[in-house]
Amino acid sequence: MDFLLTAEQDLLRDSITRFALEHGDFAKWRRALPAGPHNQAAWSQMAELGWLAIAVPEAAGGLGGSAVETMLVMEGLGRALSREPYVGTAVIAPALIDDPAILAAIIAGETRIALAVAETGNRFNLAAAETTATGGTLTGTKSFVHDGATADWFIVSAQTGPALTLHLVPRDAPGLTITPIRGPDHRHHARLTLANTPTRPLQGGLDALESAVDRAIAAHLAEAVGSMEALRDMTLAYLKTREQFGATIGSFQALQHRMVDIALACEEARSMLYFATLRLDAPAPDRRIAVSAAKTRIGQTARFVAHQSVQLHGGIGTSDELPVSHHLKRLMIIETLYGNSDHHRARFAAATDAA
Amino acid sequence: MNLDYTPDEIAFQQRMRAFFAANIDERLRALVRTGTRLEPREYVAYQQLLAAQGWGAPTWPTEYGGTGWTPTQYYIFEAESARADAPQQFHQGLELIGPVLFTYGSDAQKQKYLPRIISGEDWWCQGYSEPGAGSDLASLKTRAVRDGDHYVVTGQKIWTSYAHAASHMFCLVRTEIRPRRQEGISLLLIDMKSPGIRVRPILTLDERHHVNEVFLDEVRVPAEDLVGEEGKGWNYGKVLLDRERGLSAALGLRLGQYVRVVKSRAAAVRLGATTLLADPGFRDKLAQIEIEMLALEYMGLRTLADAVAGLDSGPRASMLKIRWSELIQRITELWVEALGYDAACFAPLDDATDLPADMPSPMASYLHARVTTIYGGANEVQRNIIARRSLGL
Repeated sequence: MDFLLTAEQDLLRDSITRFALEHGDFAKWRRALPAGPHNQAAWSQMAELGWLAIAVPEAAGGLGGSAVETMLVMEGLGRALSREPYVGTAVIAPALIDDPAILAAIIAGETRIALAVAETGNRFNLAAAETTATGGTLTGTKSFVHDGATADWFIVSAQTGPALTLHLVPRDAPGLTITPIRGPDHRHHARLTLANTPTRPLQGGLDALESAVDRAIAAHLAEAVGSMEALRDMTLAYLKTREQFGATIGSFQALQHRMVDIALACEEARSMLYFATLRLDAPAPDRRIAVSAAKTRIGQTARFVAHQSVQLHGGIGTSDELPVSHHLKRLMIIETLYGNSDHHRARFAAATDAA
Repeated sequence: MNLDYTPDEIAFQQRMRAFFAANIDERLRALVRTGTRLEPREYVAYQQLLAAQGWGAPTWPTEYGGTGWTPTQYYIFEAESARADAPQQFHQGLELIGPVLFTYGSDAQKQKYLPRIISGEDWWCQGYSEPGAGSDLASLKTRAVRDGDHYVVTGQKIWTSYAHAASHMFCLVRTEIRPRRQEGISLLLIDMKSPGIRVRPILTLDERHHVNEVFLDEVRVPAEDLVGEEGKGWNYGKVLLDRERGLSAALGLRLGQYVRVVKSRAAAVRLGATTLLADPGFRDKLAQIEIEMLALEYMGLRTLADAVAGLDSGPRASMLKIRWSELIQRITELWVEALGYDAACFAPLDDATDLPADMPSPMASYLHARVTTIYGGANEVQRNIIARRSLGL
């Protein structure tokens, strides 16, 4: 057992750090918001660097990389508040789609893919769908599709008799209505309405979906840890520079202890991130325990870090003009995504019963 | 000790209940219920409605146009207002500068300004914080230099709520440099139409415009608009801050509005065959918050009772502010949690209309609630005040 990176993974991390520095300039980030959710230059660069190929099998022209490489990329994207649809396109899609043409388009940065599973009636339950697949068509409503507004393809879950089935739907499919929604994280999500929309069935069912979503969760947890550590660093820097009552505010013991709790929460979150990431290929019960434990604890520690980072920045922390509040908002979306802390605590309990 | 109202108080309560039932329209109720921040014109209209009843200044003495109500009557008024989803009166004129003016102001100031606060004609904003003076307010640097019968004011204020809508600003300025920084600070009343004032909006994390930077560049203020004595502004300002904190005695009542809205939303969230409101984990969390709200409400009632008896509540105003702000953060966080993915629907794109009806109020309320542990003296500062002033630490 070790927690060391290989030499290649080290290089990947360096290149992510450079990427985050280049694209993570906050003033530039904020100026770009009205132009839409994507930075085409960043997305193309990610394709050139091979990051979109990490989770694609070698047989399909990908890198066949491990979850650790995905984790390294996502940490950097979290730190830079990147809004590129990396997880849907480069983590979920390769786990569920085997069409060589689509996989090639993913690698080339020529397509964006989103997962459409959430429904109003099922909250965070992946196993049930009110959307139905009958006679080769889909009918139903998906209430929230992360990054869905600009996706070229949707992976849609539906009920076919007693079985949960997965389907591929292009954005221009007949009977498909996409209602775009902007999140507080400035990403462009969507609601989908499907009315007799022709389907292209995918191979897997619920097991494949659950496994793919666990991979997505681990990736978003890496994003969360990147974001939390960015908050930790900017809050610490602020405590060392902001002066009130004739001293830096970091010299006040009450604030020192709070800052220590932030740092501690980040360490705890990173430890849970490794646990989940390294258990993604374990048998399903072990994988569920690790992913749900991490989703719960990182959700809790992320809220603490985000709330306290705003608090320790004082007034300026509540402004839209600093990255602090934007990290808070993104972390709140990650907390909800694929089940909030309460949902995953219950899933953890069920998984430990079964183990 | 006795928790029951007298027959007179019960009659008063019925009168208030009937008034709010008859006079608050459904549109306004819906805005308040969903935690939406009101526009200045909506506050003004509500102020005018109350003023027409003679209730424009519920906490003021009758000689200045107040109701002369007892604190218990004021509590009943607030409780019935909250129960009816009526808004809270905008407080910066009514509760902050108004009482300072009737306590320390000149007769001319009282005659000029107090009636216009009650009628809603004037809108006051508070020029306190500066970029370098937040928790440490006494380090403020905005200068006021006497020039004949005027003060000439130059400096910068920040986090000024509704400065863009205000007709006047009460402003702490430095009139003299003294070794003890709390000395040499004065309180000026500034007309926002004066030449040399520039207001820049600051968007807060809820993507709304409530606060501003206010730049003052050689703004000429008539000397008659100095409140009380020159150099004593800190004392008046502190009275203001204490009063602002004490207001949370009544604010606690408003938290019940959030409980109602969270319950109704959670009852609409399906969890298989049941609902989120029936989920034991969710019920526990909500009940815990409700219990702590009751603690806050009774702490507020004791504070009001002290006021009736003319007793000093000690640090309880600061304590109320700490708990109230923590509770509003927790109940709005639970609201966001109840919504699940709907909370992520913050703004429509492409003129979309098929969105959750309460979007984006829960997320906006949750985000804006982060401000409450910072404004009016951050909770860390409140704790310092309690430790020093009350516990002798």
